[in-house]
Formats: sequence, structure tokens, C-alpha cells
Amino acid sequence: MTTPKKQSKKNYHKHNPKTATILSILFAGLGQLYNRRFLKGSIFIFIEGAFLLAFLDALNYGLWGLRTLGTIPGTDHSIRLLVLGVLSLIVSVIAITLYVFNVLDARKQAKKIKKGWVPLSFKQVLKELYDYSFPYIITFPGLFLMIFVVIFPLLFSLLLAFTNYDLYHSPPRNLVDWVGLDNFKSLFTVPIWQETFLSVFVWTIVWTVVATTLQIALGFFLAVLVNDERVRFKKLIRTILILPWAVPAFVTILVFAAMFNDDFGAINRDIIVPLFGGDGISWLSDPFYSRIAIIMIQTWLGFPFIFALFTGILQSISKDWYEAADMDGASRIQKFKSITFPHVMFATAPLLIMQYASNFNNFNVIYLFNEGGPAVRGQNAGGTDILISWVYKLTFDTNNYSMAAVISIIMGLIVSGFAFYQFRKTRSFKEEGEI
Amino acid sequence: MSSKTKSKLEITAIYLILAIVSVIIFYPLLWTIGMSLNQGTSLYSSSIIPDNFSLEHYKWLFSPQSDYLLWYKNSLIVAFANAIGSVVLTAFVAYAFSRFKFVGRKNGLYIFLLLQMFPVMMAMVALYIFLNMIGLLDSLTGLILIYLGGQIPFNAWLVKGYFDTIPKELDEAAKIDGAGPIRIFWSVLLPLAKPILAVVALFNFMAPLFDFLLPSIVISSEENYTLALGLYNFINDQFANNFTRFAAGSVLIAVPIATIYLFLQRYLISGLASGGTKG
Repeated sequence: MTTPKKQSKKNYHKHNPKTATILSILFAGLGQLYNRRFLKGSIFIFIEGAFLLAFLDALNYGLWGLRTLGTIPGTDHSIRLLVLGVLSLIVSVIAITLYVFNVLDARKQAKKIKKGWVPLSFKQVLKELYDYSFPYIITFPGLFLMIFVVIFPLLFSLLLAFTNYDLYHSPPRNLVDWVGLDNFKSLFTVPIWQETFLSVFVWTIVWTVVATTLQIALGFFLAVLVNDERVRFKKLIRTILILPWAVPAFVTILVFAAMFNDDFGAINRDIIVPLFGGDGISWLSDPFYSRIAIIMIQTWLGFPFIFALFTGILQSISKDWYEAADMDGASRIQKFKSITFPHVMFATAPLLIMQYASNFNNFNVIYLFNEGGPAVRGQNAGGTDILISWVYKLTFDTNNYSMAAVISIIMGLIVSGFAFYQFRKTRSFKEEGEI
Repeated sequence: MSSKTKSKLEITAIYLILAIVSVIIFYPLLWTIGMSLNQGTSLYSSSIIPDNFSLEHYKWLFSPQSDYLLWYKNSLIVAFANAIGSVVLTAFVAYAFSRFKFVGRKNGLYIFLLLQMFPVMMAMVALYIFLNMIGLLDSLTGLILIYLGGQIPFNAWLVKGYFDTIPKELDEAAKIDGAGPIRIFWSVLLPLAKPILAVVALFNFMAPLFDFLLPSIVISSEENYTLALGLYNFINDQFANNFTRFAAGSVLIAVPIATIYLFLQRYLISGLASGGTKG
């Protein structure tokens, strides 16, 4: 053990971080070799070599495709090129990150050596490498899938919004071109788009706020009721109240759609007509009543989750709080206002925000109830269409892909902006950052 | 009014409200069961208490003309694969995010939260084209892979929150005893995190059974249908004509799922309350 120490003592002043940095810029891994970190160095060299051999051509082609979207109609498939382009972009970003990491690592290591740091034995190096890379190794499978299923599609849609990909510009017969911000402009200036967007947007907001708030309020109300100590058969009652959550939603929505049927639905036939007379309410063909029906259905579907969640929280509030309040002679409303309500809301804020976000994107209810209908004159979306079901129709009914992408982007920005702002305000999120 | 009668009135009001809510909950469910027992296929001539009780629709579902059992099998394959896969994937990701320092950790959490806000719909066109390119369109494998990747941001965040509540001293103690990271994960964290992992498994078992949107885009041939798709097509072809059959098929999927749910509700609530909410 003494000889290597002496040797390194003699040499370490000569070790130059600049050399290491330049070497690792020239070819990843060389700097590490210079630092006598042979294992790390060879891994980097292997990665860069493999990358250059396997990907360089593909990357070049991919990025060319991304820039031009093809040049020969009928031969170049613009959308395939766009997919390849996005994938090349992702691979490039990963490669650049690794490369920068390699340079920084070489530099840091060289500085350490200069200060007299002694390289570890091979076994120690292996162990260190294992410990160091462990978190990367275990996140890799999940991350890999996520890149393809979440990140790649998002980037793709983002780019699609700046093209003219629709029924008339669709490969393989025609080429798709970059059109800059034209789609965004026409969304806000062409009358039919402008009107449709405005009315769908307003209804989406109304729907999100009203339906979600109703289901939270009902769930909260019932949770407090059942939590009353005088109520018996609590278990049975809770089981019944959770039932709508337990039945698959697509089943209940389709059942409701049948029950609300204008002509032979059970609601009109068994409730409205016998009680109020007349011909019943046109639940499916009048936009106003369709909206009412959909909000009622969503409340039915959504309150059990809130009920279950709040029940758990209510049970966890310590009795001492209430006893102390009793001592001070607090009324029931006061107790509710200053103990129950803040407790429940504070503890569940992130999940409640998520409820709003999920209703904003609640495709199932809208589409399965009456496919976003009824049709409305002067616009290309139905009376109950929210943004997401409109996007679905634009994509799969009229193949107006680029406009669908534009609207998706606007939606994504709204939800994520709102949610992000809220999350930052809640304490639970602030704590996430620390280990 | 004495406080005793007041209390009695209150409690009566509570029971009354709960009774009304129960009626509203049970009405559509019982109506569906009633429909499924009607003879004939017309919605108009059927009623909640059938005039002529029959099991013909149930018999038909199990007859060789129907693909119902096949759809059931497909749904279960997707559900089980998704449940198991998601637990494995998210547990590892959450472990890394909860216990290790690494590049991109903090930003990763922000990005996770943002990503799960974006509508799935945004991804649909891209996923369709991509699956088509790698030849997984109209296959259960493609469907499973998309579910697995898409669930990571939300569930990793949920499980990470739960891992954070497990004291780090336990890890330290195990480390001193010579346990490596895998061992700590396997014999310290996993046993303690069972409740939240059960929640993740259950959610991801249920999600594919409930989902209509993704299969309707990915799956096109009838032998690959999941239950949601198949049942939707029962009534989408000629709405009123097949409703009773749809009702029968729905009962057969809703009853087992609801039973599992109600059995596990205790875990669901405690898991959610401790993972997703940190008071």
C-alpha cells in the first residue's frame, strides 16, 4: 500500500484538469482514462463508439426529416419523418446530456487527483460505481417506457400544432408542411373556429367547476353526516355510499344514457311524466338539459371517492380538538369551520386539485352519454362537448390533426399551469424537494 | 324544544337524507339488473320488474355465438399484466426518488406532476402512429405497454409519498447490518409499503377494465376487444335493440368488480390517505 501512495504523491501535482477536460471533449472517456479511471473510461468510450456507429446516420436522417418533413410527395411520408425526427431529438438530448456529464466528471476527477486524492482499488471502484448508478438503474425501465408513452407523444403533438396536417394534407399522397403559428391564428380569427372554441371553452370551465365542486360538496356533506356518533350501522351505510365508485363507470354512464333517453328512458317514463305530466324533458336533444343531466351523472359517479377519502381524514382528527373546543363553548358551526373544514381541506388539497384536473379531461362521461351531442348550429362541436371530446372528434371524425393538437396544447397549458400554481402553494409539495 | 327532541329530530333527518341518497344510488343499478332479466331485446317493452322473467341474455353471452368470454379473458389479461407491471415499475422509481440523490431528482418530481396533467388525448395520434410503426397496433401488448408507461407519473408520486413516511433510520440500521440497496428495498421498505402497493395494484387492475378511450383507438379487431369495447358495441350497433343484452353483460362484469372493491375499500382509503395526502 505504501508504494502507490508515494508514487501518486510524486505525480499528482503534474496532473492537469485542463488536459482531462480537453481529452474528454475530444472523445468521451479519454479524460477518465487520463485520470486512471479505466472502468469508467472504457464504459464512456464504448457508449460513444456505439452511438457513433449505430445512430449517427439515423439521427442525421431523422433531423433532416424533422426540418423538411420530406420533399417528394408520394415517396416521403411526412408523418413518419416527424415521428423519426422526434425520436432522434430525444436520443440527441440524451446523448448530449451524457456527453456533458462525461466532460464535467473528467474535470472534477482530475481536480481531485491534483489535490492528492488517491484512486481506489478496483473492487472499491466497482462498489462505488454500483452505489452511484443504482438509482439510475432502477429508474431506467420506468423512465424508458415513459419516454415513449408520455414524453414522445407530447413532443409529437406539440410539433403537430405547427403543421398543416389534416384531411387534405395527409401522407402518403401529400406532404405535410410547417406553417408556423397559422393554426393558432385561425383558431382566434376564423369565425367558425372562434365561436366554437369560445363556447366549448366556457362550457368546459363551467362543467369542471360545477361538477367537481358538487361532487366534493356532496361527498363532504355525507362524510360528515355518517361520521356523526349517533349514526348506527356505519359500515353498511359506508358500503352503500361507495357503491357507485365500485361499479365500472363506462357501464353506469351507458346505463344512464339509456335511462335519460328522450322517448323511452326510465327517467322520463317513470319519474318526469307521471309526476309533472307533459311529454317529458328532452335530455338528449336539448343542450341545456343534456348539460344538467351530465352534471348530475358526474356527481353520482364522483362523490363516493371524495366520501371515502374524507371519511378516512375525519376519523384521523383527534378527539382532543373537539373537546378543547367544547370547553371554550364553541358552537357546532364554529367547530366545523375552524377544526373539521381546515383539517380535511388541508390534508387533501393535492387530491382535490387532481379531481378538478380529471374532470377537465373527463372524456368518458361526455362521450359515452351522447357523444358530446346534440349538434349545435354554427359550430363544429356538439352542445355538451368539452375541449377533450372536441379534440377526439377533430382527430378521429374529421381528421383535422393539427387543429386538434393546437387545442390540446391550450388545454395542457391551462391545466398544468393551474395545477402547478396550486401545488406550489400546498405544503405537501414544498416538502417533496428535500430528502 | 329540549335538546333531546332536537337530537332525535336531527338524527331522523340524517337517516332520511341517507335513505334518499341510497335510493338514488340503487335505482340505476337495480334498473340494470331488472333490464337484464327481461325477455326480448327492446328497451321500450322492458321494465325494472320484468313481466316475463328470463335468463336468455345470460345464456346467450355464454353461447358460442358470442365473443363475451373472449373479451372477458382479454380484459383480465390486460388488467393483471398492468397491475403487476405497474407495481414493479413504480416501486423502483419511487424508491429511487425517495431514498437517493441523483441528477434530475428534484426536477423529475416537478415534471412528473406536470406530465400527468396533460390530457391523454394529446398523445393519442402519436401513440397510434408509433404503435403502427412498431407493429403493435391492434394488440393487447401495445395496450398494456401504453397503460404501464402512462401510469408512472401519478403512481410514482403516490408511492414516493408513502416511502417518505417510512423512517430512514430503518434503512440506516439495515445498512449497518450490511444490507445493500436491493436488500433494504426488498426486506425493509416493501413489507412496510404493502398498503400503498395494494392501492397501486388495484387501481391499475381496475383502470383497464374501466377504460374505453384507449382501447377504442388501439384495438380494432373483434377478437382483441376488451369488455368496455365489446359492451359498447352491443348498444352502439342498434341502440335499443341490444340493450338488455348489454345489461346482462354489464352485470356480469360489475358484480365481481364491485365485490372486490368493497372488500378492499379499507386498504384503498388508508393507502390513499397516507400516500397522496401529507397533512
